[in-house]
Amino acid sequence: MTAPSTRRLPEPRVSPSVAATTNSHLQITDVTKNFGSQAVLRGVNLSVAKGGTTAIVGPSGSGKTTLLRLIAGFEHPDTGTISLNGTTVAGDGAWLPAHKRQIGYVAQDGALFPHLTVGQNVAFGLDPAKLEGGRRAVAARVAELLDMVSLDPAMAKRRPHQLSGGQQQRVALARALAREPELMLLDEPFSALDAGLRVATRRAVAKVLAEAGVTTILVTHDQAEALSFADQVAVMRGGKLAQIGNPFVVYTRPADRATAEFLGDAVILDAWLEGSLATCSLGGIPVRRPPAQGKVQLMLRPEQIRIAEDGPIRGVVVDTDYFGPETTVRLKLNVPQEVAEHADHRYPGGGEVITIRHWNASIARPGMELCLRVVGEAVAFPMED
Amino acid sequence: MTTDLSAPARRGTTTAGRGNSPRPPFGVSAVSILAVLIALFSLVPLGYVVYMTVATGWDTAVALILRPRVGELLANTLLLMAATVPLCLLLGVAGAWLVERTNLRGRRIWAVLLAAPLAIPAFVNSYAWVSAIPSLGGLGSGILISTLSYFPLVYIPAAATLSRLDPAIEQSAAALGLGAWRALFRVVLPQLRIALTGGGLLVGLHLLAEYGAFAMIRFDTFTTAIMTQYRSTFNGAAGNMLASVLVFFCLLLLMAEVRSRGTARYARIGSGAQARALRLPLHAYQIPSQAFLLALTALAFGLPLYYVLKWIVAGGADVWTAAEFLPALLATFGYGLAGAAATIVVAFPMAYLAVRRPGWFSKSLELSNYVTSSMPGIVVALAFVTVSIRVMPGIYQTAGVLVAAYVLLFLPRALVNLRAGLAQAPKELDEAAQALGKPPLLAFIRVTLRLTAPAAAGGAALVFLAIANELTATLLLSPNGTKTLATEFWSKSSEIDYAGAAPYALLMILLSAPMTYLLFQQSKKVAGQ
Repeated sequence: MTAPSTRRLPEPRVSPSVAATTNSHLQITDVTKNFGSQAVLRGVNLSVAKGGTTAIVGPSGSGKTTLLRLIAGFEHPDTGTISLNGTTVAGDGAWLPAHKRQIGYVAQDGALFPHLTVGQNVAFGLDPAKLEGGRRAVAARVAELLDMVSLDPAMAKRRPHQLSGGQQQRVALARALAREPELMLLDEPFSALDAGLRVATRRAVAKVLAEAGVTTILVTHDQAEALSFADQVAVMRGGKLAQIGNPFVVYTRPADRATAEFLGDAVILDAWLEGSLATCSLGGIPVRRPPAQGKVQLMLRPEQIRIAEDGPIRGVVVDTDYFGPETTVRLKLNVPQEVAEHADHRYPGGGEVITIRHWNASIARPGMELCLRVVGEAVAFPMED
Repeated sequence: MTTDLSAPARRGTTTAGRGNSPRPPFGVSAVSILAVLIALFSLVPLGYVVYMTVATGWDTAVALILRPRVGELLANTLLLMAATVPLCLLLGVAGAWLVERTNLRGRRIWAVLLAAPLAIPAFVNSYAWVSAIPSLGGLGSGILISTLSYFPLVYIPAAATLSRLDPAIEQSAAALGLGAWRALFRVVLPQLRIALTGGGLLVGLHLLAEYGAFAMIRFDTFTTAIMTQYRSTFNGAAGNMLASVLVFFCLLLLMAEVRSRGTARYARIGSGAQARALRLPLHAYQIPSQAFLLALTALAFGLPLYYVLKWIVAGGADVWTAAEFLPALLATFGYGLAGAAATIVVAFPMAYLAVRRPGWFSKSLELSNYVTSSMPGIVVALAFVTVSIRVMPGIYQTAGVLVAAYVLLFLPRALVNLRAGLAQAPKELDEAAQALGKPPLLAFIRVTLRLTAPAAAGGAALVFLAIANELTATLLLSPNGTKTLATEFWSKSSEIDYAGAAPYALLMILLSAPMTYLLFQQSKKVAGQ
């Protein structure tokens, strides 16, 4: 979750959300979906490049799974269109059912067929008649697929319930890859796994998909998973995509406060913005692309706030939480000297309690005064009414 | 009504979708229409009773209902229920508690033995008791025989619930300072409420519907009186009014059960492994407990079995004339198989809707099914006799009508199984198959139907075995000359040919044994949900 802040990242590309580029594999335009009187999707636009990896992330009930089911062809959109490779598959009077969409789909719990062995599961989508060499070719392909997802081909004879959760997910992936789909849809495939297995399985799956060059869409409620898995993150909230962009951009430059807080811990301070410099309790901080002037809300990530040897910005430790590799420190900020001296009403601040992180647990004790400095730019949001 | 219900969900698709419907495996409305037709069909008996009551006219109805004979039947029925239901509850809970919550010796054997009386049809039980004590008759013997026949209906769900009950609840009670006995009454027994009201309802409905067992000991209830009326006047207004009163009582029981069940939740809350059950040491009560269970099973299971075997020995080889019992056995198998298959086919759309599309629509279908499940066999049979004679005379006394009656009587048993089976086949698996390139119908057949097959087979077996023991509806509806095990047993024992009836009783008990075991196993699974 801690984004590297010292490393200089390449200038992020901000992909425009609706632009229908020629190499876009999936194009979703103004899609809405209601269940009864409840609006689940309220106008979604999304473009996914061929071979790209997109994560749709949002809190539960935001509509992300419904969006995935629409892409898969399990549901109809009420309005709007969905296109695959430039062909409209839903909306505008067109409809291509799921089994003709050339998709791979991995559900939350793998959805392995309990009555079939692992091998039969993987072979389910294969047609022996179309495969050269018939049944033997199917067996060879199953072994190849199991090997691809790092499973022992001898497992083909086992039943799904004899596998661990992580193994089941890999079998589900192998099964979905068997038909060489152009588009892979993953519906929270790692959420049922425990923490250690989740990271390992996610890495393995990402590697396999990248090697196969399959366009991938991952739905998850876990922002860390979304940020680490995808090269495009779409943040969903209340049936709409609040922001689409590369992981670094959406994390460091969220479009609004809710997105900022959903994607990770955020320090929010009142500030006064003039030009591209915001003044707040943490001093003067540069702001990229100021949205407004005057009174704004400033967002910083905790890891941008460092403990300094000396300096004018100070805070008193309120309390600490020790987590092993890092300690979170809650600080009450002092009123900056210049603000106090000028007593200028335009400079708000002083007295806010913020949270920062540090690796050294012994650096802070309640009551200690620490000097702080800020690294990098802040994001400003217009004041909320 | 039906098309409108599913229309909102599909409106967008019918205008926009030129291609296939996305809703597997057949459009919503097809299943819904089918389910509504089945529900309407299942309401035939209730409709018949209501129609007959209205057609009879208010004055005649009042005159027929308010007469001493009805008062007598009412007193008999109410006294029978007032004594038998509490007795069954007491015996069932005591047995379940001993088996599941104490260190009773041999509790595994007792667990099965206490369910075993269910394998003996009540009218066979009655026959055995009359063989033992020829002077039996009246209310007391009615209470005795029906208690011994029906207490397993309480024991099975109570034992299932107790075995699945989270011991942590009792441990919490202990931590809150309750001793074992107070914990039993304040914490454990309240958890049994659903099992007890459900079991009590079943006992009550069986008491209202039973014909053979009470006719054998000449104890008059509404059902036996309706049968007598039917025999003498065929389709008189008096019989119909008795049926109305009977149905009224069934519905009353149903409502009482719904009310007392309430909206409380007794499922285990939270996840994680369940601790092992606590067992109360019986100490000095070990021997009295064993004696109690021994006496109970001896009376409920041992005695009937003993007298059936005694009559078989007494009858010797003469009673086993193949020309007589083979056709009955074959007819029983034929009707059993046809009825089981038809019931599963009819139950499937309803189970499908209940599991895959829960909502007020499937709820109301379930309600209609619930009401039908309370209809006594005699009322279903009377309704089918009347409707077939009046509406379609050609089908009267054909095998089809009898099979249709079986379907209505045993639909709930099949539904319980099918619903559990469908719950094992979530729609995500269907969708996974579609994503793997299988068209919806093929995906449905290869995944959902395949996964539901074992449950459907279990349900079919239960229905088959229930049909094998059905007497009342079979007596009224079977085609002329058709003999089943139950009707043959009945005609022989009615002619006091007890030795001749014994082989049929034994065959029915043998057929019922696996059904009892299935019910017992199934209850353990259902209680966990």
